[in-house]
Amino acid sequence: MPDHDLPHDTMSPRREVAQSPGPEPLKLHVPEPAVRPGGTPDFSNIRIPRAGQVDRPSVDVDPESIRDLAFSVIRVLNRDSEAVGPWAGALSDSELLEGLRHMMTLRAFDARMQMAQRQGKTSFYMQHMGEEAVSCAFRKALLPGDMNFPTYRQAGLLIAGGYPLVEMACQIYSNTHDPLKGRQLPVMYSSREHGFFSISGNLATQYIQAVGWAIASAIKNDTKIAVAWIGDGATAESDFHAALVFASTYRAPVVLNIVNNQWAISTFQGIARGGSGTFAARGLGFGIPALRVDGNDYLAVHAVAKWACERARRNLGPTLVEHVTYRVGAHSTSDDPAGYRPKTESDAWPLGDPVIRLKNHLIVRGAWSEERHKQTEAEILDTVISAQKEAESYGTLHSEQRPTARDMFEGVFAEMPPHLRRQRQEAGV
Amino acid sequence: MTRRTMIEAIRDAMDVMMSRDDGVVVFGEDVGYFGGVFRASQGLQAKYGTSRCFDTPISELGIVGIAVGMAAYGLKPCVEIQFADYMYPAYDQIVSEAARLRYRSNGQFTCPLVVRMPTGGGIFGGQTHSQSPEALFTHVCGIKTVVPSNPHDAKGLLISAIEDPDPVIFLEPKRLYNGPFDGHHDRPVTPWSKHDLGEVDDGHFAIPLGSAAIRRQGKDVTILAYGTMVHVAETAVTETGIDAEIIDLRSLLPLDLDTIEASVKKTGRCVIVHEATLTSGFGAELCALVQTRCFYHLEAPILRVAGWDTPYPHAQEWDYFPGPARIGRALIETMEA
Repeated sequence: MPDHDLPHDTMSPRREVAQSPGPEPLKLHVPEPAVRPGGTPDFSNIRIPRAGQVDRPSVDVDPESIRDLAFSVIRVLNRDSEAVGPWAGALSDSELLEGLRHMMTLRAFDARMQMAQRQGKTSFYMQHMGEEAVSCAFRKALLPGDMNFPTYRQAGLLIAGGYPLVEMACQIYSNTHDPLKGRQLPVMYSSREHGFFSISGNLATQYIQAVGWAIASAIKNDTKIAVAWIGDGATAESDFHAALVFASTYRAPVVLNIVNNQWAISTFQGIARGGSGTFAARGLGFGIPALRVDGNDYLAVHAVAKWACERARRNLGPTLVEHVTYRVGAHSTSDDPAGYRPKTESDAWPLGDPVIRLKNHLIVRGAWSEERHKQTEAEILDTVISAQKEAESYGTLHSEQRPTARDMFEGVFAEMPPHLRRQRQEAGV
Repeated sequence: MTRRTMIEAIRDAMDVMMSRDDGVVVFGEDVGYFGGVFRASQGLQAKYGTSRCFDTPISELGIVGIAVGMAAYGLKPCVEIQFADYMYPAYDQIVSEAARLRYRSNGQFTCPLVVRMPTGGGIFGGQTHSQSPEALFTHVCGIKTVVPSNPHDAKGLLISAIEDPDPVIFLEPKRLYNGPFDGHHDRPVTPWSKHDLGEVDDGHFAIPLGSAAIRRQGKDVTILAYGTMVHVAETAVTETGIDAEIIDLRSLLPLDLDTIEASVKKTGRCVIVHEATLTSGFGAELCALVQTRCFYHLEAPILRVAGWDTPYPHAQEWDYFPGPARIGRALIETMEA
């Protein structure tokens, strides 16, 4: 099995020559990343195929015949910023420009909210830096009524789906206009209307729920599909494996996404991946078609998303998609990556920056320019700031304007049972 | 009215609900073709088809996990965990997901699902087929916990559970499936056909969750029990001749505290009985509530009779089980206090 995309060889146990006829003492193998803080970032042994190299099979292909896709990387944008190969060509100039705006909006929003957290306006934030293409591009392959079961780093699904920035900020600030009444940690959004399932905050639990939602859709002979999201680290949870079993058994109309951003807080992806070569390869044992895609290539993510969603819609069953990307920022506002990886590692990441790559592609297409980009950046910042200001007019976490203590007691059940009513009375609210 | 065993009553409840609402789906390990190891779903797949009643992989977390997603979609899954002892892999899905979905999404997503599980011992099932984990559910905010003690209630409560807009844990005392158990394992089994509560109404009827039933009127002491222990307590009352009032709680959460309070204020004494282990059991909650509500009416300390704080043993099953003799001793102790 190829091991091309690992920081270094984490799979083969060291062999030592036996000194005596008896068995050698056993040794524990604990995978380590290639480089730690102070070292020079090195991704040289990550094998990245040239853009356009990977075939695009038909969606009803026999999964057995495309097992190699679990070990390659589907890419569309080449070094000259051209869209090449069989996965290119699905998006128009205006669609690509819209995608660029979505990613830029997400990035600007992240920067403002990150700052707001530092200013004490909320308790916590999680940004997407480097991963914007994954959720923004995937969203454009979905239809109204489809349901995402996201993690905390797919807010691009909301932004690309037209969810108001003000509502996002109100949720983050837990203010009087927070659609979730202050009950959830910042960024754990929920919007049924926008096909965005309530984020639990517990990892992996929702992967299997997405499969259940998809099974329900099939039971009702509906046409909607479900989309599951998980990070590289959380694939180690039992929920991930249960999801693959159930999706495989019932051929559920679901797309199973793994966002491999290389880091699970401080734990490098080799700890969760173990000896399987790639995360996508996990799907092979279940007979689930498994694809790897350049997660920093908006066009590639969109093309793979379309392919996988079409399989689901045509009742051909689940698809596993590993998005190969890099978490440029910290895990959250409570994390500092300087403690576990070289500071310049993100600069060395070989798949580049998703926003810059799409911008350059649009310039090559003649649909964009540096000047228009700068201008748009400024416009987007204005939009984000005005949304932020509106949200702040409804309060921030530690201000007086926040959900009431009475709201705390509501919504545990459809109808408040007597014991909660007594407790609410006791609380005097 | 038809005479039914508890298993037949449970099957009938699912049948009635599946025929009334095509969103009701039933699944679990061995549940589909075979009809479940206790045969609760026998015939449902043949009647309603494989997409309404089906077998699942052996993954409790998977069973409850897909049920959460299906319930959020808008179906009403009624799933079976083969034994309550097997529910631990699903516990995270119940506690962190099913129970909190309505709350954390402010009602955008809800989770109307029922998780049925055979509970309790008395069948020589050893530690992996005998546990009573109800307190692990009553401690969780956002789920309801129900324990029927007879076929009539099992049907009416299960129908309510399936119709409930929130997740319900439905614990079925497996020792009662085929007959009321008087606590004397060495005596012949009485079938439900010889018991009044084996008479089950036909068609649709619902018993509201949160209403207790007074099984025996009495004036000397109040016994709080549920599931198998309702019948064992009846034996203890007969054998001691103490005029006890027996309250079958039926639903632990929501709890019918008014019925409990009225009874204890009348009798001035209270004995709480459950099969689950003593420490931090549901009896502790009942004890706390009763003393808060009824302290100035109490003539004696509240006593608890429960399983010993050991894993459920195999060979020593009847040393572990809180049988009529132990309950009887507690009744005498409280009367003499």
